[in-house]
Formats: sequence, C-alpha cells, structure tokens
Amino acid sequence: ERERENEEEKDVKEKKRKKKKKEKEKEKEKKKKKKKKKKKKEKEKEKERKRKRKRKKIGKKERVTLAQGINVHLGTEMMVWFLFFLFCDSFQKWMKFQRDFENFKTACIPWEMKIKEIESHFGSSVASYFIFLRWMYGINMILFGLTFGLVMVPEALMGKPYGSLPRKTVPRAEEATAMNFATLWDFSGFAQYSVLFYGYYNNQRTIGWLKFRMPLSYFLVGVGSIGYSFMIVTRTMAKNANDDGGGDDTSFNFSWKMFTSWDYLIGNPETADNKFASITTSFKEAIVEEQESRKEENIHLTRFLRVLANFLALCTLAGSGYLIFFVVRRSQQFALEGLENYGWWERNEVNTVMSLLGMFCPTLFDVISSLENYHPRIALRWQLGRIFALFLGNLYTFIIALMDEINLKLEEEKIVKYNMTIWEASLYNGTIPENSTAPPIQVDPADVPRGPCWETMVGQEFVRLTVSDMMTTYITILIGDFLRAVFVRFFNYCWCWDLEYGFPSYSEFDISGNVLGLIFNQGMIWMGSFYAPCLPAINVFRLHTSMYLQCWAVMCCNVPQERVFKASRSNNFYMAMLLFILFLSTLPAVYTIVSIPPSFDCGPFSGKTRMFEVISETLEHDFPSWFGKVFGYASNPGLILPFILLMVLSIYYLNATSKSYKEANLELKKKLQSQAEENKRRNKQKAQKSNEQEENPFETEPPPAKPKGDKQDESTANKGKNWFECLVMGNSCVCDPRLPHCLDCFLCSNHPHNAESQVLAYFLRWLV
Amino acid sequence: MPSEQAGFFVKRKISHKIQLYNVYSSTYSLLRDQNTLLHGRYHEMAPNVVPMDYTKDPDVKLPMQLIINMPELKENPFKERIVESFSEDGEGSLSFNDFVDMFSVLSEMAPRELKAIYAFKIYDFNTDNFICKADLEKTLNKLTREELTAEEITLVCEKVIEEADMDGDGKLGFADFENMISKAPDFLRYYF
Repeated sequence: ERERENEEEKDVKEKKRKKKKKEKEKEKEKKKKKKKKKKKKEKEKEKERKRKRKRKKIGKKERVTLAQGINVHLGTEMMVWFLFFLFCDSFQKWMKFQRDFENFKTACIPWEMKIKEIESHFGSSVASYFIFLRWMYGINMILFGLTFGLVMVPEALMGKPYGSLPRKTVPRAEEATAMNFATLWDFSGFAQYSVLFYGYYNNQRTIGWLKFRMPLSYFLVGVGSIGYSFMIVTRTMAKNANDDGGGDDTSFNFSWKMFTSWDYLIGNPETADNKFASITTSFKEAIVEEQESRKEENIHLTRFLRVLANFLALCTLAGSGYLIFFVVRRSQQFALEGLENYGWWERNEVNTVMSLLGMFCPTLFDVISSLENYHPRIALRWQLGRIFALFLGNLYTFIIALMDEINLKLEEEKIVKYNMTIWEASLYNGTIPENSTAPPIQVDPADVPRGPCWETMVGQEFVRLTVSDMMTTYITILIGDFLRAVFVRFFNYCWCWDLEYGFPSYSEFDISGNVLGLIFNQGMIWMGSFYAPCLPAINVFRLHTSMYLQCWAVMCCNVPQERVFKASRSNNFYMAMLLFILFLSTLPAVYTIVSIPPSFDCGPFSGKTRMFEVISETLEHDFPSWFGKVFGYASNPGLILPFILLMVLSIYYLNATSKSYKEANLELKKKLQSQAEENKRRNKQKAQKSNEQEENPFETEPPPAKPKGDKQDESTANKGKNWFECLVMGNSCVCDPRLPHCLDCFLCSNHPHNAESQVLAYFLRWLV
Repeated sequence: MPSEQAGFFVKRKISHKIQLYNVYSSTYSLLRDQNTLLHGRYHEMAPNVVPMDYTKDPDVKLPMQLIINMPELKENPFKERIVESFSEDGEGSLSFNDFVDMFSVLSEMAPRELKAIYAFKIYDFNTDNFICKADLEKTLNKLTREELTAEEITLVCEKVIEEADMDGDGKLGFADFENMISKAPDFLRYYF
C-alpha cells in the first residue's frame, strides 16, 4: 500500500513536472514571441527613424533643386518675355505681310488692272461688261477642260487612229481638196474627220487598256456641261442677290467723295492720272443719280408716254417676228422646189432680212426709249430686253433651218443604207451564192460609201457660225471704231464741219449690243458643244482675244458717254438673260438626243436606236444587278410624280420664307433711315437753339470732339475704363461709341496703338 | 466697305508705295533710327543749308518749293495746303520739327482724331477755321482737275453742305467735319 502510495505520489509528481515543463515551455515560447515582437517593433522603430532621417535628407535636396528650379524659371520667364516682344514685332510684320499678300492676290486676278483702268475712265457700267466677259471666260475654261480632257484626249490617245475605219477617213471623192486652206477654214476635209467633230468617234464600248468607256463619257460630258452651267449661273445669281440686298450708308455720300477719295499714297504720275479720272467719273455718276432723284415728274404724262412707248416697241417686235416667220416659210418652199431656180436674193433672203433687222431695230428702240424718260440704268435694261426679244427671232430662224437640214439628212441616210447592201453584194460580184456567209473582203476605208452624218453637219454649222461671228465682231471693231477714230482725228483739219462734235465723231462703247452678242454666242456654244467637242476650245480662244482687242479699242477709240451712270452692283440682269438662253439652248439638244435616231455609221452612239440607250447599257454591263433593279423601281412614274410634287412644294415654301425675310429687311432699313433723319433734325434744332442763346466767336484752336446730345450719357458712363476692359467687352471700343475702331486692332483712337496692345487684343478676343 | 473704284489704288500700294515713317513706334525704340532716316531726307533736299549736326538746335527752314517736289507729295493735288498747314509761319517753310510733325501725322500710327484735325486744316483754304463754299469749290476743282461744269460744282457743294452741316450756318465747322469724317470707312485707308 505504501509502495502504491509512493508510486502514485511519484506519478503525481511526474505529472506536475511535466506540466511545469510544459508551462515553462509555453512561457518560453511566449517570451520568445514577445521578444520577436519587440524585435519587430524595434526594427520598425529603427526603420522609421531611418526614414525620418532619409526624409530630412530629401528635404534638403529638394530645396537645392527648388533653388535651381527658380533660377530656371526666372530664366524661362525672361525668355518668354523676350519672345513676346519678338512676337509683337513679328506680329506687326505678319499683319503687313498679310496686307501685302492680299494685294498680291488681287494682282493675280487676270485683267484686273485693265478693267480698273477702263472703269476709272468710262464708268462702272462699261466696266461691268468686261467683268461679265471675264466671268464667261472662266466658265468656258471649265467647259473646255471637260470636253478636252474627257472626250478629245482619250479618243486621240486610245482610240483607233486615222484611216483605220471608214468614219475616220476622208472619202475618196474629197481627198484631193482635203488639205486646202479653204476647205479647212470651212471645217470640212481633214478638220471634219478628226476629234473635233462627233463623226470621228467610234462606238466601241471600251477603248484602250484602261477600258475607258468612250460613249458613256461622251454622253455624260455633254449632260455634265449643261448641268454645270445651270448650277454656276444660278449660284452667281443667288450670290449677287445677297450683295444687292445690303445697301450702304448714303448719308454722307458727297462729303465722303470729296474728302476721302484721294489716296495720299500715290506717287506715280500714271496712277495719279487714273485716280483723277476715277474721281471725276465717280462724281459724275453721283451727280446723275442726284439729278434723277430731283427730277419733277408729271406722273400722268410720263405714264402715258411710257405706255405709248411700250406699245410702239411691241408693234415693232410683232412686225419683225411676223416678217421673220414669213421669210423662213418662203425659204422652206424655195428649198423644196430646188434652190437652183432662184437668184441671189431668194437664196440669201433670210440672212439679209436678219442683218437688216439687226441693224435698224436697235436704233428704233433707242428713239422710242427717249420718250420714256427713265433713269439711264433702267433705260439700258429696257433696251437690252427689247433687243433680246428681237434676237430671239434670229435664233428661231437658225433652229428651223437646222431642223430642216436634219430631216433632209435623215431621208438621205435611209437611201444610203439601202444602197449599202447593194454595194456590198457588188463587191463579191457573184463569186459566192446568195445567203451564205463569206469572209469580208478588205476594202480601203476611203472607198466605203458613207451615210450623211447629220450630227457632224450640225456641229459644223455651229462652228461656222461661231467663227463668222468672231470675224464680224473683229472687223466691226476695226472698221467701225478704229478707222472711224483715225478718220475723225486726222481729217478734221481739212473738213468743212467739225468732225469731232458733229457727225460722225468718236464712237461710244455700245454696252447693250456687246452684252447681247456675248450672251447669244454663249447660247450657240451650249447648243453645239454636244456635236462638236472643239467648240468650247474655239470659244476660249475667241474670248481671250476679244478681251485684249476690246480693252485696247475702248481705251483707244471710244469716248465715255455723256451721262455716265453707275451700273447696278450686281450683274443679275445679264445673268437672268443668260439663264433664259441656257434654258432655250438645252431644249434643241435634248430634243435631238431623245427623239432622233443617231446615224448608223458615225459617232459614239452609232448602232443604237436612241442616244440615251448608252445609260441603260452601262447599267447592264458595269453595275451589279441589284443596281439595275433599284433604278428600274426609281424610274417608276408612281415614284417620280410624288417626288416632283415634293419639289414644287419645297420651292413654294422657300419662296414664301425668302419673301418674308426681304420684307423684314426692308422694314429694318426704313427704321434705321427714319432714326438717322430724326437724329439729324434734333441736332440741327439744338445747334440752332445754342446759336441763338450765345454767339461766341470761334476760337483759333479747334475744340476737342464733344459728344452730341443723346450719346453724352453713354460716353460719361464709360469713361475711366481701361483698354483691357474695353477689349473684353466686345468688338468695338466701348469708350466712345461714335468713333469706329482701328482697322487692325479694333481699338478706338483713345487708346494706345502699339504692337503689344494689338497682340493682346487678338489674344484676348480669341480667349473671350 | 471701301468704294470699289478706289479699292484698286490701295492695292497698287505695292508698286507705288511710299515709305511713311512710323514715328509712333512699337516696343523697340526705333525712334532714333527713324529720326535719323527723316533727318537724312531733310538734309538731302538742301545739303548746303541743313547741317548734319542737330544738337545745337539750329534755326533752319526749308522753303515750300523744295518740299513740294518730294516724291511722296509730288502727285498730291493738296500738296501746297499740306505744307502750309504744318508750317509755323503759315507760308509753307518747314523747320525740321515741322517736317517730322508732318510725316508723323501722315503715318499709320497717328490717331484718328489728330488726322481729322489736320485734314480740316488742309481743306480750309482761307484759314478761317470754317470750310465754306469757296473752300469746297477749290477742293473739288483740285480733285477733278476742273473737269466738271459750273452747275455740277454748285450742285456738289450744296449737297455737301446739306449733308454735313449740323448747326445750320451754311459752312462746315470742325465739329461738323469731325462728325462726318468719323463715319467714313475710307478715311484711315487713304489718309495715310
């Protein structure tokens, strides 16, 4: 039992020891952990200390760099200010450069100097003709570019050469005379069988390695030229309508002309001469305007006279119209019966009647217009309108003659086609039985019988007309103006009466005749360029030479009119006539394209039933199939009619809105005018009152500009503001609203005008 | 917008440009250089009379005839009036200071009001501080080289007085002139 107790005690003791050991171990572990934690903390603390030390070290570095930085910044600031001053100076130079560049750009406009010289001597109405001529030249250049680049050059470079096809060769019968000057001048012979005319072009669908689609290009160029012309004429009319709308301030018209028209920079005697002439012309124009506005009109008498004049003019026009119609019908009858039976008069009846009408009717209209007593500008318009109506008769005869010729040629073509089969059969001479195919016999292209190519004939007519028109104009200028001036000048010494003041005297520049000539000539070009691609080129040459010749002739042989009047700011009247002629010229071309079958053996559309079939052919071959379907749906009348209706409605709407804008514009103008008049009246009354109250003799020094009554409050309210504030407020200087701004920096004259202010002005305005 | 016919002559400035010196200059003081240029021009008109050294401020005046023949003024119809209005004695002889004054007023940098004052002086032929009808007639004759008839001249002068005369005394005082010229778009372009 004691042993058991001892063993138990031992066990207990052992257990206790073990426990203690464990506890000790635990404690040791805890201690170790604590030590570790402490170590960690110590380490962390040390690290922090180190960091702090490091931070303190960086701080110093930063200071150093800061100091360096400041030095750098100061340096850059200095640089910035230096550059700023440099910039100011170069900014001034930049403004000067811009001004010089503007001058240079104006000097680049062709013929600008010539036209300005003419304007200064003859007035703005004569100059408006030359400006119109220059504008036409621009259009013709574009048309020339289109026809030359897209029609003539591809065929010349990539098409088959001369002599390879019957249509490209001079026929055997004409070969002998083909190179004569007379034939070439008449545009037959080699000129006819070349890229200049419709007949030369081959109807191959694509030519060359580029696969250039010649017929399509020909058709599209024709349509595109007309479309471009419509677009540009309408656009110019719209632009001019804008210019016309804004009138300028005419409250000090004469005063400004007197005090501000001389250019103090002129140092060249020629320029001075031009400037004197220009000032005199400008005064004369303004005087005419003033006299017209002062004219006292007896309204009833003038109205009666104007109605009478219009009635007379209508009678003349109707008479000449009937005469033209009658003469054309007679000539058609003569042609049916064969021209050989009749003498010279019957053959040339139409031409002589037209020339006689063209010579005498304008003078008749001139006499009639003296009844009307209009302002010269309006009288010119009436004159232009009446002569235009007269020349339309001219156009009518020409087109009728052409249509007759075309019908003749079409008849001839049927006969030739019939004869062709006979001729082909005769080639084989019965060597093979009928109705069998045989290899084609090589025939020289010159020997193949030709159909009469009506398109080339039409093109030739237009070209001949243009050339003869050109020659007539030049010869008229040389004889009518130049020789007449020489005669008057040199024979005046040995003549009974004074040639310079009486008959014939020097000629005046005939504005209406020249303008109408230009317009009708352009109408011919538009009509004919589809059939003769060379026509725009000829016209470019004609306009170029005409410009130089007429500028010289005007300055050398003509005298300015008695009453020089200012042309209307826009050329809209000329544009309206041009638009009308353009519309008229498209009609024949469209008619021939749509309804007359093309010739079977010449031109790019030979073989087709109608010329516009080239479009459907292109759609088939060159576009994906769905395109053709879409087009087919789009050309459905059910779609086109609503589209037309929509366009009509939008035109009506736009017309209505533009009318309302114009009315609002007019009302605002009236308000401005009435306000200006009221101000004037008020000023005069106040001045009269102050004159009555005190009569101070005027002092030797002119007084500083005092603000007038109403605006006194505004100017005092704004005094004291600096120019910086003025700039930020808006465009003009707010300090003195009466003073307009300097043209460069938009500051009024109260503020310094140095380069810095200019630069800052631009910069601030850009910011604000 | 400046009138169309006169605009061309502004463009001609390239080929016939006269160097008018900007005395009211920019940030750099080019005054000394420009002054030297002007002095050179003044000197070359009469090298015997004008000294090169102006520090002692000599009292030298050049007569009107010499100054009128300067290329800048030769074609100007108002050249006599310009020289007279800048000369101190009113007879047209300019000292160097007057010379510099003239070019500074005609330069680009002169403020509009100053130009208006001198323009008024130039157009006032009888120096009575009013532009009366006789002055207007003389101006018009000089401008058109006497190509207008007497009726036209009277018409124009009447219209000018009607437009610009605010106080109703039949002639233009400086206030009227200034009021009219301040609204003119061409004034700064041509009165250079």
